Amino acid sequence: MGEAAGTYRKLRLLDGAGQGRAIARMAREIVEAEGGTEGFVLIGIRTRGVPLARRLAGEIERTERERVPVGLLDITLYRDDLSTVAASPVLKKTEIPFPVEGRTVVLCDDVIYTGRTVRAAMDAILDFGRPRKILLAVLVDRGRRELPIEAQFVGKRIATSATEIVSVTFRETDGVDDVWLLDREASAKAARRAPRPTAKKRAKRRPKGQAVRKA
Amino acid sequence: MTTKRTEIPEPAVPRPPAFSRKDLLDIESITEDDIRLVLDTAESMREINQRSIKKVPTLRGKLVANLFFENSTRTRFSFEVAERRLSADSIALSATGTSVAKGETLLDTGRNLMAMAPDAIVIRHSRAGAAHLLARHLPCAVVNAGDGAHAHPTQALLDAFTIRRAKGSLAGLRVAICGDVSHSRVARSDVSLLTKMGAGVTLFGPATLLPVEIERTGARVVTRVEEAVEGADVVMILRVQKERGGGLGFPSDKEYFELFGLTPERLRLAKKDAIVMHPGPMNRGVEIDSAVADGPDSVILDQVENGVAVRMAVLYLLIGASGDE
Repeated sequence: MGEAAGTYRKLRLLDGAGQGRAIARMAREIVEAEGGTEGFVLIGIRTRGVPLARRLAGEIERTERERVPVGLLDITLYRDDLSTVAASPVLKKTEIPFPVEGRTVVLCDDVIYTGRTVRAAMDAILDFGRPRKILLAVLVDRGRRELPIEAQFVGKRIATSATEIVSVTFRETDGVDDVWLLDREASAKAARRAPRPTAKKRAKRRPKGQAVRKA
Repeated sequence: MTTKRTEIPEPAVPRPPAFSRKDLLDIESITEDDIRLVLDTAESMREINQRSIKKVPTLRGKLVANLFFENSTRTRFSFEVAERRLSADSIALSATGTSVAKGETLLDTGRNLMAMAPDAIVIRHSRAGAAHLLARHLPCAVVNAGDGAHAHPTQALLDAFTIRRAKGSLAGLRVAICGDVSHSRVARSDVSLLTKMGAGVTLFGPATLLPVEIERTGARVVTRVEEAVEGADVVMILRVQKERGGGLGFPSDKEYFELFGLTPERLRLAKKDAIVMHPGPMNRGVEIDSAVADGPDSVILDQVENGVAVRMAVLYLLIGASGDE
């Protein structure tokens, strides 16, 4: 997710080096959980799940000397909120040039928030075949789920408020590796009146089920 | 089936976010950006048509009414498949067996249909302007599936999509359109779309089957079929439309074939890698030789296959989102 107008940078969650370390650790965890590189594929959710999937594949190839297949998935046609948006979103290509039947699919996305994107992605994957299982790898888990979906491989966890935005950028898509917590200018003014917990405390706070809000 | 395809590179950003119109009535009323958006979207839809489960939930709960007041196999079937692959509910109405046969006017049929709140109406009608009439008076999206000799925009879009897949782009191509031009809504929409996108179009038709003021289309008009085919990247053959009086313009099928039909010999005048197209249904041995229609340069069946993807794209762009600002 890029930076939106009317927002400001509140907290850097990961710099380029931190992002690289997080991805390297996630790659190790995936290989360890799957007992090697056999039988699983990485599928990145458009847009920024794609560079994450490719980075994970790169890390795995560097350490294991094995190539893991990488697919790309556009979930627009599976969104549950299409009839609430003004214009049909532009579609990007889905490319899954291998069978998913009987394999483990590791879905990759930059951020997990409500879980609705992952729900749509799972429905899409199941239309390609019946995988043995589907796992989820995300660079940032920001909490506030609206569906019972969890990520197995997480780069960084942080509890967020609904007004905040997690901005993940990759060299490939945005020119720079970075992860920032943004907030809207309007809620910053409110925050000055009532100070929020410090960054350290926030990072420790576990994401909890909170009030349901439409994505 | 033999196919000629080159990989289409991903379109560059930025692109316009939305289709500019409520309806798809003709090519003249949409923009070049709209055309590109439909063609790019159709690429994604085409991928769905190659999966084992060829269905996505995108238009779940949306209702599309298919009004086919004129015979159609390909277009009607293609729209129905497109609707089902996007999970829309569809109902079909034809002229026979409905109140139309009892003399109800088109507009009354449309207004009554609106009571069932369709999200889109797909209409094929023998009278030019039928789709425009509905679009003006009804709040839902209207897709023109062919109106008289006027327009057939989804056919033009699927032709363009097929050409773009085979040739990489439309700009700078030489396209020959040959045959019964005066009765062809396909020719009208194709000329309009291809010239809009920067292709050069050459039209050939027997003098009796050319409309008056044909020069106003912006196409080059030639008097011999060989002249049109020579050096072409794309040779598009039109059907002699006997039901509209196309058969009256020449003495016999055999003579038409001898003088104007696309034979392997005539096709050799085109570029080496030229493709042959026909909107169907074909009159074999009249406007086209079977050896050409079934030959390695023919993309006629690709056109049919691509028709579903293009119609899925059009329906998605028109009614996928709420349309509310």
